[in-house]
Amino acid sequence: MAAVENIEPDHAELLRFISAGSVDDGKSTLIGRLLHDSKSIFEDQLSAVTRTSNKRGMEKIDLSLFTDGLQAEREQGITIDVAYRYFNTPKRKFIIADTPGHEQYTRNMVTGASTANLAIVLIDARKGVLTQSRRHAYLASLVGIPHLVVAINKMDLVGYSQEIFKQICAEFAVFLQGLGFRSIEYIPISALLGDMVVERGDNLDWYSGKPLLDYLESINIEHDINVLDFRFPVQWVCRPQTEEMHDFRGYTGRIESGTIRVGDAVTVLPSGLTSRIKEILLYNDSFETAFAPQSVILTIEDHLDISRGDMLINGGEPPQITREFDAMLCWLSEQAFDPNRKYIIKHTTRIVKGLITRIDYRVDINTMHQEPVNILTMNDIARIGMKVQQPLVIDAYAKNRGTGCFILIDEVSNNTVAAGMICIRES
Amino acid sequence: MFLNQNKMNQQSYFTHLDALENEAIHIMREVAAECANPVLLFSGGKDSVVLLRLAEKAFRPSHFPFPLMHIDTGHNFPEVIEFRDYRAKQLGERLIVRSMEDSIQRGRVILRSKNQSRNPFQAVTLLDAISEFGFDACIGGARRDEEKARAKERIFSFRDEFGQWDPKNQRPELWSLYNARTHPGENIRVFPISNWTELDIWQYIGREQLEIPSIYYAHERDVIVRNSSLLPVSYLVQPEAGESVQHMMVRFRTVGDMSCTCPVASQARGVEEIIVETALTRITERGATRMDDRTSEASMELRKREGYF
Ligand SMILES: Nc1nc2c(ncn2[C@@H]2O[C@H](COP(=O)(O)OP(=O)(O)O)[C@@H](O)[C@H]2O)c(=O)[nH]1
Repeated sequence: MAAVENIEPDHAELLRFISAGSVDDGKSTLIGRLLHDSKSIFEDQLSAVTRTSNKRGMEKIDLSLFTDGLQAEREQGITIDVAYRYFNTPKRKFIIADTPGHEQYTRNMVTGASTANLAIVLIDARKGVLTQSRRHAYLASLVGIPHLVVAINKMDLVGYSQEIFKQICAEFAVFLQGLGFRSIEYIPISALLGDMVVERGDNLDWYSGKPLLDYLESINIEHDINVLDFRFPVQWVCRPQTEEMHDFRGYTGRIESGTIRVGDAVTVLPSGLTSRIKEILLYNDSFETAFAPQSVILTIEDHLDISRGDMLINGGEPPQITREFDAMLCWLSEQAFDPNRKYIIKHTTRIVKGLITRIDYRVDINTMHQEPVNILTMNDIARIGMKVQQPLVIDAYAKNRGTGCFILIDEVSNNTVAAGMICIRES
Repeated sequence: MFLNQNKMNQQSYFTHLDALENEAIHIMREVAAECANPVLLFSGGKDSVVLLRLAEKAFRPSHFPFPLMHIDTGHNFPEVIEFRDYRAKQLGERLIVRSMEDSIQRGRVILRSKNQSRNPFQAVTLLDAISEFGFDACIGGARRDEEKARAKERIFSFRDEFGQWDPKNQRPELWSLYNARTHPGENIRVFPISNWTELDIWQYIGREQLEIPSIYYAHERDVIVRNSSLLPVSYLVQPEAGESVQHMMVRFRTVGDMSCTCPVASQARGVEEIIVETALTRITERGATRMDDRTSEASMELRKREGYF
């Protein structure tokens, strides 16, 4: 039953995570367990799932059914796409991007991972580190997820053996070393029986760390945003044009990184013109400072020609203004890359025509080896060169997620066909 | 006009409500900037009340760069219609109302019985209005936690010329780089509060002190108990043989079609009490209040495919 303690206070933080695992590693069971034990499952959902479980001849409820999706998928017995789940505890609100594992896996995982603070990679304790485990960790790091949890599942099937847990951790740690995660945590669990998921249980006393949910509730994510380099892509210019606000010109947007103060000098890119911040506004509020990822309105001291797609910056390391750059690209579309088709790139609030000028290599995501290719098909990860019609104001993705990412759109079909992460070459 | 000086002087704590609010504001501005002719669907219900506050935050001191529109089923609660008009006027924004009654008269909608639920037919009136005004984007207040089919829907959800949603052919949505491009005749539905739960909505209503239609708060009403749900007595719903009318304290969790929107027993007269009740509630919003959604677990998905919001 639910409890009043379940109410997240107004000051609860938001954590977005993704869970990755091969088919049958227990991902659906784990998510079902988190939802169930944190009392986020509603009675009508519970009774629907109980009915289905009984119909399928199961004695206990099948926790994995909570994350079942659309009708067509249920009929086929597979989940197809990224789905979002929500649950909360007194400390945090959680958004889970649930990405099923099968042939479209890369594309789905990259999509779900793009906004995540943390990734859970599931490993079946009986099987140990598999090719897929490495692939999932690699993709999580490619998309810049700062925190990784390696959940070693089905501990009940290996007698809750500390030895086996240690072996798996040691083996995986070697691989994870070079991937650049800010934090890595290994947790032994049984998603089915609940050990070390929400409750500690009685079987894993040798484990001194926190149960999974405790860990998710307490991990520090405050420092994951770049606080040094102020980046403000202008979304929309606010001009009331009323009698009393005749001259008001506000630049609306979301601070992608850094902080800003009234009086700070700002440079408008790509023009290079400079001014100072006059006001920081939102609705009835006026602020002295603002920080990422706040959405605000900025006004400046001077009359400059600023429009959507321009970027205000201040302090820190300057971004690059360029028409050419390299990127890691994930091809998302069923329609393969075609050099004869026209593509549009959306980067921050700027939309320009773009061209893939080179494909340096494709990454074999099972071996991490680089291989030469001249075509890109769905799920491919490749290092490419891009050229765009008008200059973009870019940062390396590794330094700044918001100003280092872009999508490619097919100009004819309007479909989103690829996602890119900018690499800046050392000059 | 800018009153609360220096409210957030320090790098104050960034809460989940702040995160959700900032995300929604960003989404609204993307629509304003990238779509030629958007509209915001405003029903008077709590989710669209939240949308309006978010629009104020996104665009004030300007007017909204889009009109508001309501698809009136003719089965709405009078308190909600009254509130809808009051709120639009208070904001000084343009409100378009298109009614299903007109669609019925023109033969666009054919009902089996006069009092049946009109929810399934809203799509017709909506699609007609979209083509009448040439809207290329409709901002709506749907949330992913409402229903399984919604959990996979994109924030910018593409619809073909027939208003149809194809769950298997959705545009990938990464970071906050939304693809708002459409061909003529096509249309996108945008859901800025996709990531909000019912509890978030109530907390936000509390934090922002938003006015909502009175029937969201506990009030006395005549109801009939049918299939373990409470049905509000109205000209559309009368007791059948063997049923009795009870007078009790209830509130509505959603305010849709009067013929099938069920209230829950409640004493909650204020937002704080509703927040407590919501956290304690063990039945989803749709499960509790929409008889038409319960008939089939997949009914929502089917309706969405047909162009329902
Ligand atoms: N014994 C045991 N079985 C588990 C555990 N977690 C999942 N399973 C079982 O493994 C099978 C696959 O789980 P499921 O959650 O559907 O895997 P998914 O494909 O990763 O979503 C199911 O039969 C589960 O009951 C666990 O911790 N212990």
